[in-house]
Amino acid sequence: MASPSRPAIVATGLRKSYGDKVVLDGIDLQIADGTIFALLGPNGAGKTTTVQILSTLIAADGGEARIGGHDLTREPDAVRELIGVTGQFSAVDNLLTGRENLSLMADLRHLGRAAGRRRVVELLEQFDLAEAAGKPVATYSGGMRRRLDLAMTLVGEPRVIFLDEPTTGLDPRSRRAMWQIIRDLVAGGVTILLTTQYLEEADQLADRVAFLDHGRLIAEGSPHELKRLIPGGHVVLQFADHAGLDSAAGLFAPATRDDAALTLQIPSDGGVGSLRSLLDQLDRASISVAGLTVHGPDLDDVFLTLTGRPDNERAMAR
Amino acid sequence: MSTLTLAARDSGTMLRRNLLHMRRYPSMTLLLVGVPVIILLLFVYVFGGTLGAGLGPTGDRAEYANYVTPGILLITVASAAQGTAISVAMDMTEGIIARFRTMAIFRPSVLTGHVLGSLIQTMLSLAAVTGVALLVGFRPTANPVEWLAAIGVLAMITFALTWLSVALGLVTKSVETASNLPMPLVLLPFLGSGFVPTDSMPTAVRLFADYQPFTPVMETLRGLLLGTGIGSNAILAVAWCVAITVLCFLWAKALYNRDPAR
Repeated sequence: MASPSRPAIVATGLRKSYGDKVVLDGIDLQIADGTIFALLGPNGAGKTTTVQILSTLIAADGGEARIGGHDLTREPDAVRELIGVTGQFSAVDNLLTGRENLSLMADLRHLGRAAGRRRVVELLEQFDLAEAAGKPVATYSGGMRRRLDLAMTLVGEPRVIFLDEPTTGLDPRSRRAMWQIIRDLVAGGVTILLTTQYLEEADQLADRVAFLDHGRLIAEGSPHELKRLIPGGHVVLQFADHAGLDSAAGLFAPATRDDAALTLQIPSDGGVGSLRSLLDQLDRASISVAGLTVHGPDLDDVFLTLTGRPDNERAMAR
Repeated sequence: MSTLTLAARDSGTMLRRNLLHMRRYPSMTLLLVGVPVIILLLFVYVFGGTLGAGLGPTGDRAEYANYVTPGILLITVASAAQGTAISVAMDMTEGIIARFRTMAIFRPSVLTGHVLGSLIQTMLSLAAVTGVALLVGFRPTANPVEWLAAIGVLAMITFALTWLSVALGLVTKSVETASNLPMPLVLLPFLGSGFVPTDSMPTAVRLFADYQPFTPVMETLRGLLLGTGIGSNAILAVAWCVAITVLCFLWAKALYNRDPAR
């Protein structure tokens, strides 16, 4: 668990509007040193705006925030010394090579010539970019570009890292690789604020998760705590025909049936005891089942419960 | 690190970035040198005979080559300014600018890098265009001191127009607009003493031509390189350059510091 030391990020009452459109409507955050905090929400919830404010890119209309004890508006350069940002939109120089991009960062971070060169070589190795180091970034694949982007953020060894949707648009393998990189970073003691629209990602990585919806935080806790908020677990039974589905639906009253897929979804904690009794009931009624799957509660269920509407964006993204 | 060291160091880093861009993609530089060279050849070999005759009883193509070269040099500067506006506007569409804004660096270094890079690029273009002018009959009478002074005048007007084009590159939302906005600069030498003496023009045009900033700059260059009279033009040229530089620097800085709201 996080130590009770000074939090890496504290924000109170952050507000931001563009014209009439309220983007952030009073956000409070407290992120412990050395932890991963995931800010989760659909497009337009205000995730990117939160990162832009906390990383000194734009000014908030109201509220205060401190990073590593430094006030955002009064000591922006002290904050900038501490942070690294990898945005949703790639922040690499497409006209330069991978190595030149990293050297540029080393120079701007004022590492000495020798130290800078060492750091560049180290990062090229660590991020599997050594082979492509001399090629222009314009020729890189999406995954390589994202790795270079993060490597550039890490040149100055920031203590606090903002990752705005770091895996959006990556293929599953690149996504897993990115997750491992993020875990390694936290093992090294840095603090990470991560935004994502993938509930699974927050579940996998974060120590704490906050749900952002329409510029407000609607829930916050560890993934475990949030999952406990709602009994989202269920068992799905697959049937061979309508007759089986009909009789089973009569047996388990609060179930949700899907006639097209011939499935029945029954609320359950997924434990061995309840599964055994479920199978016993089916046996006694002589209903034959083609398949059975157990689903633990996941953060998708949390989102649905909290917002009272399905996560449309995710449904569309699929 | 003091602010000044930081400023110099980060500006130097950004300059290296811009020089790398230019070296890797030389087509833009070639295009920017191409425009004034074509205009020079056109005016010396197509119009030069007739226009030279208009300069006076002894006027001919050779004398016109001398007369037109200072105007061509300013077209070179204006054409390079157009390139600067394009590259600044293109740069601002890149995500890396957002990264620079979240780093503890000398904030205007992105702009100073562009300005210094363009200054170097333009001075090289001017050298190339001067070389072509010498080939087609430009015969300056300047001594080394006058040459140095002429280079200084060119550097000053380049510096001024570069800050102007940096601001124009920042104020536009698209690269296309950025390439169009500095266009009038290329026309200004025509609407001044660049191609024909202003006293041959109708009154309204002549008034504009006499009082616009390029005319004193061209007259000063002509005086330094060819020994014609300079008069008050040197003071006027310096004053215009300083005024444009200061105003456009402040404008560009304010534009860059705006909230980069999406």
